[in-house]
Amino acid sequence: MAGNRLQRVRLTYQWPVITGLAAVWVMLWGDLSWFNVICGVLVAITVLTVFPLPPLQFSGRVRPVGLLVLLGVFLVDLVKASVQVAGKALNPWYQPSNAIIAVPLRSLADAYFLITAELVSLVPGSLLLETNYRRRTLYLHVLGVRDDAEVERARQNVWAQERRVMRALASDAEMRDYEAAVEESQ
Amino acid sequence: MTWTDVADAAAAVCLIGGSLLSLAAAVGIVRFPDLFSRMHAATKPQVLGLLLVLVGVELRLRSGEALGVIVLVALFQFMTAPVSAHMVGRAAYRTSPVRRDLLVRDELADRDDED
Repeated sequence: MAGNRLQRVRLTYQWPVITGLAAVWVMLWGDLSWFNVICGVLVAITVLTVFPLPPLQFSGRVRPVGLLVLLGVFLVDLVKASVQVAGKALNPWYQPSNAIIAVPLRSLADAYFLITAELVSLVPGSLLLETNYRRRTLYLHVLGVRDDAEVERARQNVWAQERRVMRALASDAEMRDYEAAVEESQ
Repeated sequence: MTWTDVADAAAAVCLIGGSLLSLAAAVGIVRFPDLFSRMHAATKPQVLGLLLVLVGVELRLRSGEALGVIVLVALFQFMTAPVSAHMVGRAAYRTSPVRRDLLVRDELADRDDED
């Protein structure tokens, strides 16, 4: 009985996930009808029951301006870096010179660690090789790095990305903890 | 000159731009000397390339039905590309010899393996 109740609590707690999965189902059928929506919700609940995941803690709040900055800068970075990597690939005289760098992140909650890692990984020029969860460190392979100054610049870029994620999603308390962690690491 | 002409022209630009980025990715895979550099070429310009092709297709089709599927393709690409790249990169670093001559620094080798 206790297990049953726990499961029910989990399902009510995970309604954003259910909504998202149901939306995916409706989009796949390409037809917004009651039948599809109900089927989608049923499929979502089945998926969550058969493949249970630990619920992702999110205690921040969404800041519209920060979110716009995050998305805008991300799109600009994506285009700029894609063109750069494409240019390197097409330039017959280009010789790759790379580096693997460790970047300790300062945000404490899982969600920000995950989003930062995902965004850094999507922007061309940096490849996520390894994460150390306990130390909150990302290990990245960076394309086109020739000296120490460029290594530092790559590290600063990741920290800037993390800061944009925090400014978009973190609550005031989390932001204070984050600033304290930044202070401490310097 | 109507709005459909403008949309068609924009669709053409997006489709050609996306194809060129994907071509550059293919050239990079052939030409770069080691696995990690190749993965940069394979996983990254192609993400924007696919995105441009999708925008181009939707600008040409202009249908709401296709939009759902197009959004899903883009969403899944953005969600899965980093994961697959991470898995391949991680496995490669652990199992195959890394070309040290191409690296100016390797901070992953310096870490202690206590945890």
